[in-house]
Amino acid sequence: MNLINHDTVVKRMKPRLSKNSISKWIFFALTMFVLLILGILLYRIFSQGFGYLDLQFLQSLPSRKPENAGVYAALIGTIWLMAVVAPVSLLLGVGTAIYLEEYAKENALTNFIKVNISNLAGVPSIVFGLLGLTVFVRALAFGTSVLAAGLTMSLLVLPVIIVAAQEAIRAVPNQLREASFGLGATKWQTIVRIVLPAAIPGILTGGILALSRAIGETAPLVVLGMPLFLAFLPKTFLDSITVLPLQIYNWTGRPQVEFHALAAAGIIVLLFMLIVMNSIAVLIRNKFQKRY
Amino acid sequence: METSTAAANIVNTEEKQIVYKTSDLDLWYGDNQALKKINLDIMENEVTAIIGPSGCGKSTYIKTLNRMIELVPGVRTSGEILYRGKNILDKSYQVEELRTKVGMVFQKPNPFPKSIYENVAYGPKIHGIRDKKILDQIVEKSLRGAAIWDEVKDRLTQNAYGLSGGQQQRLCIARCLAIEPDVILMDEPTSALDPISTLKVEELVQELKKDFSIIIVTHNMQQAARISKKTAFFLNGEVIEFSETNKIFSTPADKRTEDYITGRFG
Repeated sequence: MNLINHDTVVKRMKPRLSKNSISKWIFFALTMFVLLILGILLYRIFSQGFGYLDLQFLQSLPSRKPENAGVYAALIGTIWLMAVVAPVSLLLGVGTAIYLEEYAKENALTNFIKVNISNLAGVPSIVFGLLGLTVFVRALAFGTSVLAAGLTMSLLVLPVIIVAAQEAIRAVPNQLREASFGLGATKWQTIVRIVLPAAIPGILTGGILALSRAIGETAPLVVLGMPLFLAFLPKTFLDSITVLPLQIYNWTGRPQVEFHALAAAGIIVLLFMLIVMNSIAVLIRNKFQKRY
Repeated sequence: METSTAAANIVNTEEKQIVYKTSDLDLWYGDNQALKKINLDIMENEVTAIIGPSGCGKSTYIKTLNRMIELVPGVRTSGEILYRGKNILDKSYQVEELRTKVGMVFQKPNPFPKSIYENVAYGPKIHGIRDKKILDQIVEKSLRGAAIWDEVKDRLTQNAYGLSGGQQQRLCIARCLAIEPDVILMDEPTSALDPISTLKVEELVQELKKDFSIIIVTHNMQQAARISKKTAFFLNGEVIEFSETNKIFSTPADKRTEDYITGRFG
């Protein structure tokens, strides 16, 4: 006796197949909707700002007159900011990840720390701004300097870097560690010679993505009280800077329409930087992708 | 009286020394006892095979011999294992030092994601040998020792992952030889290999036993019979029988050994 009646199966085939194709179209439509919004946004920005985008715009300090204003100070400021954020957040982040994955014993405390690092990644950036204001600007008296801004931004992206580095380190197969220990290597030698070289692509990818987030952040810097308008360049790490998102924020707040166009041009510069950084991250990932 | 001691001394120098003397070794994973009162004397320059069904503790035992077992969280041991007369389970025994004398070959070939040359040179390098000439010599000697030199001598700078599984395992043996160990532990070294590669590794073991003491865990009873001088049969964490291989396979003393080697279980 057959438990399955094949006639009914064939009869029910049609609604199953139509559901299948309907769901495909729904997901396609959703994707198109998102792309459409992105397209409108990009069109608005490029149509407004492209005309202002020239060498003069890249090489000029901000000015009260829109025809003289440029993003030079913000561009240089962003580079200075990265000069603080990149080393601080990578060293702290990778160090923490190495400790958590290679040294820390599995216990309640370690698990608590691991869970809370992921939680920190979800804390709104403005909260990190308040933290930076209290600790770096006021308590440590760094003022509204590159250093204070950079350290605040480092804290902001630290959880992302730690989690990325942890995942990269965890992806290194244990049998490689065993092989190294089996030859008499110490833990440190194993980490430096085996684990890190294998994990570096993942760590760099995560690190660059985190840095590109730091480049685009505005809120914490506004809270720190970083200047929105700055007509000189920093000379030391204790000088003030302004960065691209702040400059854009400043221009959008002006009443003159020309400044809005300048803001659009600034956004194009910022987008370009982000695309370059993300492409580097993708390149690293593809080049070093390893199969074990 | 005196002459007899002298005679005994002469006999002793001609006899093989004990490499590993295990006395009353107990081992627990948490609450679960994996090894029970193990007593084994392993002699130098011969092949000792450890056989037994899955979960009998044979891998646990061999990993205790270079203290690799410590990587498993929650492991406790009692009793002692004397390696050349010193208790390696003593916390004061430097585990890195032990592992420079006791090399290990693992179940799955596990070369580093580096060049063939760098794989072999890794051990000497971490022990501080920097001289390129000496490293070159070590690499060639080790690769020849593992019978893989002719296959790889023209592509030493290529990544080890380009080798076949059997070649990778012989590379791992070469990597192990490069630290010039005293003992080589092999944890089911052929279980992931095809029959021809298995045969090559077995032939290699026959060569290596001239210079090294080899302890090999194997699932494969024919393999134990082919290559080993002595065999230990483990069951449920105990050593059921330990004697000359040909005796174990022809006239086992214990009923359980007989049942296992005749294929009634396991």
